[in-house]
Parts: sequence; structure tokens; C-alpha cells
Amino acid sequence: MKILVPVKRVVDANVKVRVAADQSSVDLSNVKMAMNPFCEIAVEEAVRLKEQGVATEIVAVTVGDEKSQEQLRTAMALGADRSIWVEQAGAVESLTVAKLLKAVVERESPDLVILGKQSIDGDNNQVGQMLAALCDMPQGTFAFRLSIENGKALVSREVDGGEQVVSLSLPAVVTTDLRLNEPRYAKLPDIMKAKKKPLDKVTPVDLGVTVNNSLSVLAVHEPPGRKAGIIVGSTSELVDKLRNEARVIS
Amino acid sequence: MSVLVIAEHNNVTLNPVTGSVIAAAAQLDSDIHVLVAGSDCGAAAASASQYLGVSRVLVADNVAYAHQLPEAVAPLVSGIAANYAAILAAAGTTGKNLMPRVAALLDVGQLSDIVGIESADTFIRPIYAGNALATVKSSDPVKVLTVRTSAFDPAATGNTAEQAILDTVIAQDKSVFVSENLSTSNRPELASANIVISGGRGLGSAENFQLLEKIADKLGAAIGASRAAVDAGFVGNDLQVGQTGKIVAPDLYIAVGISGAIQHLAGMKDSKVIVAINNDADAPIFQVADYGLVADLFQVLPELESLL
Ligand SMILES: Cc1cc2nc3c(=O)[nH]c(=O)nc-3n(C[C@H](O)[C@H](O)[C@H](O)COP(=O)(O)OP(=O)(O)OC[C@H]3O[C@@H](n4cnc5c(N)ncnc54)[C@H](O)[C@@H]3O)c2cc1C
Ligand SMILES: Nc1ncnc2c1ncn2[C@@H]1O[C@H](COP(=O)(O)O)[C@@H](O)[C@H]1O
Repeated sequence: MKILVPVKRVVDANVKVRVAADQSSVDLSNVKMAMNPFCEIAVEEAVRLKEQGVATEIVAVTVGDEKSQEQLRTAMALGADRSIWVEQAGAVESLTVAKLLKAVVERESPDLVILGKQSIDGDNNQVGQMLAALCDMPQGTFAFRLSIENGKALVSREVDGGEQVVSLSLPAVVTTDLRLNEPRYAKLPDIMKAKKKPLDKVTPVDLGVTVNNSLSVLAVHEPPGRKAGIIVGSTSELVDKLRNEARVIS
Repeated sequence: MSVLVIAEHNNVTLNPVTGSVIAAAAQLDSDIHVLVAGSDCGAAAASASQYLGVSRVLVADNVAYAHQLPEAVAPLVSGIAANYAAILAAAGTTGKNLMPRVAALLDVGQLSDIVGIESADTFIRPIYAGNALATVKSSDPVKVLTVRTSAFDPAATGNTAEQAILDTVIAQDKSVFVSENLSTSNRPELASANIVISGGRGLGSAENFQLLEKIADKLGAAIGASRAAVDAGFVGNDLQVGQTGKIVAPDLYIAVGISGAIQHLAGMKDSKVIVAINNDADAPIFQVADYGLVADLFQVLPELESLL
């Protein structure tokens, strides 16, 4: 079976971003970029399914600018067989990403699409669900366990109250949660090999998708700061402050 | 034009977060409908009709919606969307699973986790783990929104809104519910508790979480955890607070043995009062704490328990 893995280039998870001085966006000049952590988990899961003999081919895809090809190379170093770069600079809205991915799904006919549950820049948590709707596929979001049994995807999901298991007919969309697996690091020989793996470029026009925006960011602000706190000297002082100063306990 | 709230419920009880979504909806329009889709969900529908501001509760009561799978509920919602200016749900795992699917069926965008409403088309939402707040304007004909419920005080009750039966049945077999394992706890819900006490990797083991439980019992608090504590298997994932877990904003948040990574802060930094207990004076958690105690948690927790 064939697995399609959409990956996104985002600011590195360890970077604390700052709001740009003109409050139009966040300041991303000179910050470290990386593959979205949930996408790394998606790639890892696909690679494990291939290692288990369940999957036969893994195709990575990204929608992004020139530099997003780096994340496709990373995906191939981790085990993807080839990749597709949908060239589109600037911020692309979730629905447009989903439409572009749908066009790729139509070309590639994967049995499974594994995405991250959320990109850590926009914190949207949308593309997988939108893609599933557009392709009329079932969805297993926030997966912490995935197996393919009798031609179905058995997905254990993290939900607010605990865990839920659903069985999905294929083709299906799965989105990853942190607990699904621990991604491997790419080894140097694999990084070298990835440079030779096929990376095809397509444009939204090639895919027959018009890029239009319905959401405009009017401003980006720093969240309100907290006022400086104090260090207390003992547990009893802490309890006294909570009771008599903050009045949050009785 | 009216607005539609998707109720969060388990057929029997209505999750109180729905009250906060109704409060957010009330900022958009005074005519609010609530959809309760489920199976044998009459009790949940009755609870929904009690909120002030709700003019009608739409009840889609059918086995097809027993587990509220988005493959069935999304087309149900998109089918009635033309009547509404906005559709809102709580930004928990249920709403996050459903609403993007609804939006895509309607060919519109979706705004996740809104924390403020500027006008009928302009909303405020956190991005980059809450390190920035974006003001976003939507030109879509219907706004599909998930609401960060900790940012809106729940609507008041005391109403008995009319109920209307929605008999559309969406049959689908692409997704089948297999099982669920929901944690049962007598403690308050993490997302709506007034006091939360959370433990991190510093707790060291699942057994040591009992130290927190004793204090939680005395305070009537909910228990939370950092991702590291969940990953280490000390507690279940449903207790995780943070960017990719639950967002809480209680009156009092006590972080014990938690370093304060940005992803954790994203889930609790809007709490009214924050207490940090950590033996590393340089831990970033102290930068957001109102009261910090630099000490060994194994010494502090028993003391705290006896002082409460
Ligand atoms: C994409 C992504 C998403 C994430 N989402 C989340 C999320 O939603 N929520 C979340 O919490 N994390 C999340 N994380 C993980 C996050 O980056 C941190 O790794 C995690 O929060 C650390 O947990 P911790 O503070 O318990 O552990 P640590 O960082 O290891 O801190 C343990 C603390 O305990 C203190 N300590 C140890 N022993 C004692 C003692 N005896 N007495 C007192 N103090 C003691 C130490 O000084 C230390 O500060 C995410 C990470 C990524 C990459
Ligand atoms: N520009 C993109 N290119 C490829 N995949 C994407 C892109 N944006 C989002 N995704 C996928 O959708 C997931 C969820 O992202 P989001 O809905 O933006 O939070 C990500 O983890 C990716 O797998």
C-alpha cells in the first residue's frame, strides 16, 4: 500500500517567537526552521509501516516556498521514497492546502494519508480533517496507535476524556499525536542518499487549484504579560499568601 | 441571522464547556440555536435548553450519531448551515475533530481556538503556542469557529428553550466506532476546575502523583500534568496541559516539578494565580509564577497537605 505524508516547514519548536515591531506578524527573520514535530511523527509512522511490510511506498508532499524542499529532503532521509513540492510562497490557508493535497491525492491514489494533528506555528489543527472531507475519506485524528488489519485502519485516538478506537475503511486520513511514536534521527548516509531521491515540483496551476484567501490577519499582538511574582521562603508562607493575599484557597 | 452552537455531550450530560460556547455565540447574535446530535440524547438536549439566550435546541437523535463521528455529524451540520451566520463549537478534541470537516464541506475557512470576538467577522486567536495573538478577519459567508472555552464565562441558565426535531439521518460506514476507554474521576473536570495542581517529570513516578492527589482532595482541585509526565507513564494523556493538550485558566494553578517549557506555558499561563514549586531557581516556570517556592517537592508536598 501507498502512504502519502504531507509535511510542513515551521519555526523550530524550541524557538520563542516575538511579535514584529509593526505588529503585522511574528518576526521570523533568522530563526531556526524545521519540520513540524507532528509531521516528523507522521513520517516515522509511515516508515515503520513500510518496515513492517505493510506499506510499499511513501511519498512526502509539502506546500511551500523554495526552502520547504529542505523538509522534503529530511522526510526522504528518514525513509520517504520520493516527494512532491507544491510551490507556493507565503502563508497558505488550511482550506487551500487541503485542496492542493486533494489534487495530489487524486494523482497518487494513496491508501493512507498521514498528517500531523497540528502545525506549531498557526496551531490550526485543520488540514487533515479538511482533506478527509474533500476526499470523502474517513478520519482518525490525534492518533496514538495505528495498525492496518483486514484492510482497515484501526486508529486509537487521544480524546479529552481518555481514549477512543475507530476502524476506518481505506483510503483514510490519519493525524498524529505526540505519543504515536518517537521519530528517529536521520543518519548521514541516509541524508546523502536522500539527495538523489526524486523530488518533483508542481504548481497550484498544474493541480488546477486557485489559491484564494478568505482570512486576513489584521494585526498580531504580544499577549498581555504577567506581573512579576515573588519567591516565598517556606511552605507556610506560601499557604499564608494564597489564603490571605491572593484569597484563592480557604 | 442566527448562530448555531454544536453541543458537546455524552447523550446524558451536557459538557459545561457548551455554556461558554453559548456565551461566545451571544456576542455574535441574540438568536442562538444549539444542535444536540446523539443517540438517546434527550437529557443532554434538555440541559442545553436551559441556557439563557438559546431560542431553539435542534435534536438529531439517531443511532447514526451515537458516537458523534464526524463522518456523520459534519454533513448533518453543513446541511443546515445556510440558516446561520456562524457555527461554533468548543475547541476540545470533539470540536477540533468535527469543525474543520464542516468548514471544508461548506468550502469556507475555519478559525480555531478563538479567545476574543471583535465583531461579527473579526476574531482573536493565539498562534505560536500563545506567544502571539492574531486578529483575523474572515470574509466567509458563514464563520466556522472553535472556541477556547476558558476565555468565556459560561452563559447563565434558567431558560426552557423550545426543542425541534432534526430528522435527517446521515448513514455512513467508512468510520466505525470500536471502543473507548474514558477515565473516571470524582475530581472536577480539568478544563473547568477552579483549582488545578499539576505534576511534571520532577514527580519521578506514578506513585508519587499520590502526593498531589492528597492535596487535590483537600482543595477540590483537578489534577494536571506536563507532557513529560504523560510520556513517562506517570498519568494518562487526558491530564496533559499545554499547547497540544488541554488549555486551562483556573483561579489557582500549582505547578509542581514542572520546568515551564513554552508548550506547557501555552496551556496554563492565563490562570489567575500561578504557584511554582521547583528546586531549580532558574526554571522558566518561575517567570510566570505569582508565588514561587524554590524547594524539594518531596519536602513541600507533605507540608502543604498538612497545612491545608
Ligand atoms: C510539538 C510539541 C508539543 C508539546 N506539547 C506539550 C504540551 O502540550 N504540554 C507539555 O507540558 N509539554 C509539551 N511538550 C513538551 C515540552 O517541550 C517539555 O518537554 C515538557 O513540558 C517538559 O515537562 P516537565 O516540565 O515535566 O519536565 P522537565 O522539563 O524535565 O522539568 C522537570 C522539572 O522538575 C524539577 N524537579 C526535579 N526534581 C525535583 C524535585 N525533587 N523537587 C522540585 N523540583 C524538581 C526540575 O528542576 C525541572 O525543572 C511539547 C513538545 C513539543 C516538541
Ligand atoms: N503547507 C503544508 N504543506 C504540507 N502539509 C501541510 C501544510 N500545512 C499543514 N500540513 C499538514 O497538516 C497538518 C496539520 O496542520 P494544521 O492544520 O496547519 O495545524 C500538518 O502537520 C501537516 O501534516
